[in-house]
Amino acid sequence: MTRFLIRRIVFGLITLWVIITLVFVLYYARPGVDPARELAGRAVTPALLENINKEYGFNLPVIVQYWNYLKRLVPIPGQFNLGTSNVNRLPVTTIIAQAVPIDISLAVGSAILWMVLGISVGVLAARRPRSLWDRGATVFVLTGVSMPTFILGLLLLYVLYYLLTIHGIAIFPKPGSWTPFTQNPLEWAHDLLLPWITLALITAATYSRLTRSSLLETLGEDYIRTARAKGLSERRVVYRHGLRSSLTPIVTQFGIDLATVLGGAIITESIFGLPGLGLTVVQAIEVENLPVVIGIVLVASFFVVAANIVVDALYAVLDPRVRVS
Amino acid sequence: MPAAHAAGIFIQYHRDAMPLLAVDNLTVSFPTADGTVRAVRGLSFSVEAGKTLGVVGESGSGKSVSALTMLGLNPGADITGSAVFNGKELLTMSQHELRKIRGAEIAMIFQDPLSSLHPHFRVGWQIAEAIRAHTSASKQDAMSQAVELLRLVNIPQPERRVEAYPHEMSGGMRQRVMIAMALALKPKLLIADEPTTALDATVQAQLMELLIQMQNELGMAMIIITHDLGVIASVADEVLVMYAGRAAERADARTIFFSPHHPYTRGLLGSVPSATGVVGSRLTPIVGSPPSLISVPSGCGFHPRCPFAMETCIDDQPDLIPIAAGPNHTSACWLPPDMTGVGIAMDTARQRYASTHRGARSAKLPGVIAAVEGAAVYA
Ligand SMILES: Nc1ncnc2c1ncn2[C@@H]1O[C@H](COP(=O)(O)OP(=O)(O)O)[C@@H](O)[C@H]1O
Ligand code: SF4
Ligand SMILES: [Mg+2]
Repeated sequence: MTRFLIRRIVFGLITLWVIITLVFVLYYARPGVDPARELAGRAVTPALLENINKEYGFNLPVIVQYWNYLKRLVPIPGQFNLGTSNVNRLPVTTIIAQAVPIDISLAVGSAILWMVLGISVGVLAARRPRSLWDRGATVFVLTGVSMPTFILGLLLLYVLYYLLTIHGIAIFPKPGSWTPFTQNPLEWAHDLLLPWITLALITAATYSRLTRSSLLETLGEDYIRTARAKGLSERRVVYRHGLRSSLTPIVTQFGIDLATVLGGAIITESIFGLPGLGLTVVQAIEVENLPVVIGIVLVASFFVVAANIVVDALYAVLDPRVRVS
Repeated sequence: MPAAHAAGIFIQYHRDAMPLLAVDNLTVSFPTADGTVRAVRGLSFSVEAGKTLGVVGESGSGKSVSALTMLGLNPGADITGSAVFNGKELLTMSQHELRKIRGAEIAMIFQDPLSSLHPHFRVGWQIAEAIRAHTSASKQDAMSQAVELLRLVNIPQPERRVEAYPHEMSGGMRQRVMIAMALALKPKLLIADEPTTALDATVQAQLMELLIQMQNELGMAMIIITHDLGVIASVADEVLVMYAGRAAERADARTIFFSPHHPYTRGLLGSVPSATGVVGSRLTPIVGSPPSLISVPSGCGFHPRCPFAMETCIDDQPDLIPIAAGPNHTSACWLPPDMTGVGIAMDTARQRYASTHRGARSAKLPGVIAAVEGAAVYA
């Protein structure tokens, strides 16, 4: 178990290193590109270029630049440095630190919703294949999979915020509302309700489909027959024995989706005016704020790699056979 | 003798005679895209309390389906007939009532112990779960019972083994776990569906021995399903030979091995290696393979493979009729009831009889080809 985890973590670190190196090659060491000019953005002056060249050492040999770049990414306070925004001169780490809580909040709430919703619909469909429930679930899945996020988001915003509000029923807050959890948990949840529902409805479809197919397969296994032959209730057979084995593909998907939302839910954040990593990176691209873009790319990659390690650890917890391999 | 006394004796007699399980004219079919699979086609048998019934037949003859049907574990099947267990009709019972019988009064073990145990749960937990499904035992209570059950089925270091996952055990140990789980509630009937087929020969013998030992200790009845007559030779009190979803022959084990009537039983014996001491005239497997149960042959289902097939066999389905070779011996075959036994002399007599009962349509029958070639009975 420990060896398994260590192997996965080492593998994750290697993946992260490859990404970091790719970022370096793409942004700092691409032939024919002046990286200082790129980093400076729109408000470029000779003095600024001079400064950047000095700060990043772009006149040094590439290998030395690479070494310094790696050192700046070692997560030690005082050493960790993602550069400064070329718009407001704030450290990129500060900008990201402001955005990340929003993405974590978005991810936590919507993940709970989409898991509960997706798995419930999937189980209903699997328990009665080809029934009305199953057909309803198929419609749900098709809608969820084919519905673009921005249409669903705008629709929810129009109906639940705009229409209700102009009729004097102001249940949902206006876009752009954001209250930190530490300040007021109730207000926090209230402000995030619509974005959560948007993300959850879009994502739940995948989980319904996964749960249905994986549970249908599991329910045909010999050990399910054993569970029934033991005299267990059908509920226990499905939820305890069946769903337990179906969790593996669900957990895999969950890792991917969670990392995606954590790394910035660009469309949802844009629609609901939430300044998380997604909206921040979009705004940074618009004003050619390369240091911020690079910082967010690196942080998002970190989330993906970390999520993968967590998923692997979960595998080992869920399936004892993984622990020995 | 006073009348009341006589009635008492009668009732007593009757109670004793009532079998633990009586299956009558059971049919099971599965509607599928390719057509209706008629897996069981009018099967009747019974099992006495504390006795062992061996059910034998090639793969696909409806053995597992019959067993699973009794426990209501065949979703999607069309079922007719009756199966009375301990005075209660199983086939019309509600799922709720049936659940109280499953695992508690009728327990079942399966062919592949690896796939039959849940890979994600510890074996002790799985046994304890069975106990807790039927009793109000606490978790600790059920777990210590699980330890005792593992000890009962001769698993070494049971205190440690309850913590093991199925993949950490050998095939034989896993099947012992399945047996322990099945015995947890001291069932009246244990159905073992090919319990040793997936295991190697030495382990097979040990497990059969364990089953006999458990039966002696707990006094339960057993149905042992197998495609290999050798497995039940020393275990079964009675043997039911199945072919294409029907009973071909039924008798006590001795009669089945030494005086079989049905050519299919005779053929199965031909494939028993001589090491078991019950050999036929020679080691002859049955040619061909069992029929599709979507389109079962007319008449006797065995006729396309039977070396003694006659004109009648193509048209008329034989019923089980009494055969003189043993008590309660019955066979479903048109050959004369006194033609029982193994050995060349009897095979020749059967062949001679068959050859005088053939007609225009017999040219395609397997026995005829053999006769034309002038070779042995078994083509
Ligand atoms: N759920 C099912 N649906 C369709 N056909 C089935 C089903 N279960 C069993 N059968 C068919 O019924 C026949 C008898 O199967 P079975 O009882 O498993 O044979 P065996 O004697 O080897 O145990 C086989 O032809 C099998 O394919
Ligand atoms: S002799 Fe006829 S009835 Fe008897 S087994 Fe052969 S085909 Fe069937
Ligand atoms: Mg079978």
